[in-house]
Amino acid sequence: MVQLTLPKNSRITTGKTWPKPEGATNVRKFQIYRWNPDDGQNPRVDTYFVDMDECGPMVLDALIKIKNEIDPTLTFRRSCREGICGSCAMNIDGINTLACIYGMDEIKGDVKIYPLPHMPVVKDLIPDLNHFYAQHASIMPWLETKTNRPAKEWKQSIEDRKKLDGLYECVMCASCSTSCPSYWWNGDRYLGPAALLHAYRWIIDSRDEATGERLDELEDPFKLYRCHTIMNCAKTCPKGLNPAKAIAEIKKMMVERTV
Amino acid sequence: MADVNRGNRPLSPHLTIYRPQMTSVSSIMVRITGIAALLLSVLVVWWLLAAATSESAFNFIDGLMRSFLGDLVMFGAAWALFYHMLGRLRHLIWDLGYCLNVQVSEKLGIGMFVLATVLALITAVAV
Repeated sequence: MVQLTLPKNSRITTGKTWPKPEGATNVRKFQIYRWNPDDGQNPRVDTYFVDMDECGPMVLDALIKIKNEIDPTLTFRRSCREGICGSCAMNIDGINTLACIYGMDEIKGDVKIYPLPHMPVVKDLIPDLNHFYAQHASIMPWLETKTNRPAKEWKQSIEDRKKLDGLYECVMCASCSTSCPSYWWNGDRYLGPAALLHAYRWIIDSRDEATGERLDELEDPFKLYRCHTIMNCAKTCPKGLNPAKAIAEIKKMMVERTV
Repeated sequence: MADVNRGNRPLSPHLTIYRPQMTSVSSIMVRITGIAALLLSVLVVWWLLAAATSESAFNFIDGLMRSFLGDLVMFGAAWALFYHMLGRLRHLIWDLGYCLNVQVSEKLGIGMFVLATVLALITAVAV
């Protein structure tokens, strides 16, 4: 359901302002969402100052610098630092993206960092993605076949393989789903852009033999049809993919198979 | 997502921190103008009912509709109707599988605001 305001325990308070680095001339201000599960306090926004002359170009570089040199309690997920693992997805400067491939030169003014929107927070910038992953698992993200297993491998023509371009690149960072207002209000039952993009990826795979079952599974007022083509998903995808188009294609297939 | 929460985990901020996008703003405006058009229809029904009731009842609502405030409301209603119609047209294009990339959709969104304003102005001048 639409709930415009945050619950009482989630209201954000003003946090601590950490000291500026001494002797630095090129300082940038960072405002970062903090929540500690152990102190019983509400979330707060802390202010940090980073010497940009001593810092890498990406937002993740600054976060790592803050954790190393200013405040070791700052908590966030990160791994590959090259946009392929999807761990460091967060809300930076008002949009969802991967901290490792988002340059600080793309941001005007202070750098504001929040966890992915409308998600339960585990700690600081780490959202609970269990439900998001469960939704992905529910669309059967694997090849379903009925015919006998071929001697060597399931073959696919070059043309059929090309249909998967723009879909298989998804790294499941959850930026799209958590940018979608429809997912904010109905995320418990609406699958969201990421899971639906993956659903479409298997629906149009020429080797898959469960297309009908997959469409049957999605024929639901909430799972699929809570998409209102808002397109925040495609706008925010750090990999430049278009979940909105994938969802529209599923909707088209739903109509085509009934007429 | 609050109902899948465990323990006392806070919900991360959403509306207040997400930068308004042409994609989401043009979309929610279709919904808002649709509701506004529904409220307008109540006003029109009231007007028609008053016309069928008595001269004094009709004069009251007719005077209200022809006042400056009434003109403003009617201009807003014309804008809302046009915007909503254009928004639905965009949905029709999308449902047929066209214009489903961000750049084109954003241009269509801007076009909806501009065209609705132009059409509402033409209506205001013509009526």
